[in-house]
Amino acid sequence: MNNSRKWGAAVLAIGMVAGLAACSSGSSGGTASTTNKPLTILIGSSGAAETKAVQDASDAWAKDNKTKVTVTAASDLTQQLGQGFSGGNPPDLFYMSWDQFQTYASKKYLEPYAANQANKGAFYPALTKAFTYKSKFYCEPKDFSTLGLIINSDKWAAAGLTASDVPKDWASLETVAKKLTTADTVGLAFGAEYARIGTFMNQAGGSLLSKDGKKVTADTAENIAGLTEVKKLATAGVLKFPSALDSGWSGEALGKGKAAMVIEGPWISGLKGDYPNLKYTVAELPAGPGGKSTFTFSNCWGIPAQSKTATETESLVKYLTSDAQQLKFSAAFGVIPSTESAAKTYATTYPDNAPFVKGNNYAVSPIAFAGAASVIADFNSQLEGIASGDPKAILSALQKNLQSALDTANGK
Amino acid sequence: MSTSTLPRPAKDSPRNRNRGGGIRSGEGRFGWLFTAPAIVIIGVFLVLPIFLALWVSVSDWGGLGSPINSQVGFVGAKNFAHVLTSGGLAEKDFGTSIRNNLWFVVFVVPLQTALALFLAVQVNRRVLRGRSFFRTAYYFPSVTSAVAITGIFAFLFASSGAVNSVIAALGGKGPTWFADPRGLFHIIAGLFGVGDNPPGLSTPAFLELSWWDWLAGPSVAMCVIIILVIFTTSGTFMLLFLAALQNIGVEVEEASLIDGAGPFRKFFSVTLPMLRPTLFTVLTLGLIGTWQIFDQIYILGQGKPAKTTLTPAFLAYQTSFKDLNWGDGAAISFVLFAIIVTLTLLQRLVLRDRDKERLDRPMSRLLANEKTAAEKSRSIR
Repeated sequence: MNNSRKWGAAVLAIGMVAGLAACSSGSSGGTASTTNKPLTILIGSSGAAETKAVQDASDAWAKDNKTKVTVTAASDLTQQLGQGFSGGNPPDLFYMSWDQFQTYASKKYLEPYAANQANKGAFYPALTKAFTYKSKFYCEPKDFSTLGLIINSDKWAAAGLTASDVPKDWASLETVAKKLTTADTVGLAFGAEYARIGTFMNQAGGSLLSKDGKKVTADTAENIAGLTEVKKLATAGVLKFPSALDSGWSGEALGKGKAAMVIEGPWISGLKGDYPNLKYTVAELPAGPGGKSTFTFSNCWGIPAQSKTATETESLVKYLTSDAQQLKFSAAFGVIPSTESAAKTYATTYPDNAPFVKGNNYAVSPIAFAGAASVIADFNSQLEGIASGDPKAILSALQKNLQSALDTANGK
Repeated sequence: MSTSTLPRPAKDSPRNRNRGGGIRSGEGRFGWLFTAPAIVIIGVFLVLPIFLALWVSVSDWGGLGSPINSQVGFVGAKNFAHVLTSGGLAEKDFGTSIRNNLWFVVFVVPLQTALALFLAVQVNRRVLRGRSFFRTAYYFPSVTSAVAITGIFAFLFASSGAVNSVIAALGGKGPTWFADPRGLFHIIAGLFGVGDNPPGLSTPAFLELSWWDWLAGPSVAMCVIIILVIFTTSGTFMLLFLAALQNIGVEVEEASLIDGAGPFRKFFSVTLPMLRPTLFTVLTLGLIGTWQIFDQIYILGQGKPAKTTLTPAFLAYQTSFKDLNWGDGAAISFVLFAIIVTLTLLQRLVLRDRDKERLDRPMSRLLANEKTAAEKSRSIR
């Protein structure tokens, strides 16, 4: 009995030691090969077109540098990145989204390589600012997108509307949305989320943060006015959210013909593959009482902190963010180049998408400080019930949660 | 087998068994050797991760590299306090997830147990034709992957899906199932003219949720998941009940018939008490399984609409992998663990004590009677 207990203890001890060793060896694992290490890129792809374009571009670079690059399209980018970092095995290069960037930077996940890159001055200042944490420019934006009003041309004509009817303000938006709403089609659709509804709050003259970024100003009269406008549209039945239209996102609803107008970005061109008969036009978002406003979104090329392949990946990023390559990406999946010079070329090459580029003149970045993401997620969950909810109550909850998150972020 | 071929039976006698040396020496050692692979696998993949998670729940690990390195510090119960008493969003999310899961459990466990028992009794009938067909049919959802069934339910309950088409054909108008965050009891209260947030119930009461929110009941979206889970799991539990039912001898049934019990009396006074151990198993498994629900939530909306399908298991995942608050995520898992253990023990106490009492009472009465009878007879003498 005594003997067997001893053996049991020995077996258990070996198991524990083996397990602990396996757990703690994560950072030192892997042998450092001498040259031409194969690289991995993890992207959150909008579809096959984007994945192929990134793979082709990386292959071209890899050929010149005698190496191999594997591009993986994540099914859930944030989760897979979190898993990669906690397992001590992040991808060499990845899409870093605007809403997670500050969190990643504050947790020291990212290599601040951008400040040393040769083309660091070529980008739109708003984009550079979006990827700056504690006045350090971390990663280079790969492209940007703004929101516009996408209109189904056939439905538009069927409702007897012409080019002069394109809504310029909230009142005309309500009018055309009402005219476009039929038994099977809703006039207007967009996701029930801050990244869409926030534009209404900004068009009313509101913002979530004070100018100096120290105070949250979510429950102001302007923001309430913006949210009330959305509620008005929803209550009138001329606005529906994608889930009520059996669609994953509003673009799908547009393609299926269940929505006549949607608020989306240039990625809408990806619909061509699924709905070849769809015809649409793009307009700037209508102005509210506070003027015009839209959101600008961007991803940057993230490199993990203390990456062993930083030299190679920095060279790859330089290649991927060059004007020529960015315009190739634009041709493949519609994104707008992040450099000012290439964006100008884009606007002339694709006049249909010019409203998106124009929008960038007055666009703002959605708020995204470290820790804001979970508060915004909670806000989004409240927005799903906006049709029956109270805008003031929703915004005062946001005010409280966002202020406490901001205090935490600034306290660090 | 003739006696001459038996290998020295003396070796097996109890007298020799524990002596050192001989053929059975070191048996224990070999026993450990043969079980070692299993122990190592369980240790590395189960025991160790649990301890590691426990460490993460009391550390400030940021998700970078291994949780066991010199830069990770011990923060005590800070993560638990953040989730349970911070008064902020983290506490409210946790409260919401507990509320959702509580209603889920309250509906699923009794219903799936009752349905499983009902089905088991039906397919156990001797006169039923095609018994094995029905047994297979009812068990089928349990062997099919949860992901596949959830996918099919997503289509059935889409706002223009089969279920709403049937409702429309009957002249009604179905809800947009997966987009409807209204609580079941809120809807019923609304029918009686009770508005949102009635006075006295609207202030935050427990875990940052008001009593009005606690009493919401499952949302319409959660009801779909409740139906889905009952549909999937009742087959498994039917099988457990069926096995137990077949262990009840015919003579017991006949005896009750001779005593004049009708079918209902027979079921509630004879069959059900004899199924008590199985009932305990089914309830325990049901309770544990429902508190850990994750797959269906992950596929159907990830907490949407309006966080009414958020569950603690999913919240732990989201807090860790999406918000990168690994300590909070691990803390949520351990609170969930504590809830499950507490409830299981409680249930064990409730079911087991009554069981013992029932057995003990007649026995002690019998003993007492005997005692008094003996005393009586003695006094008479």
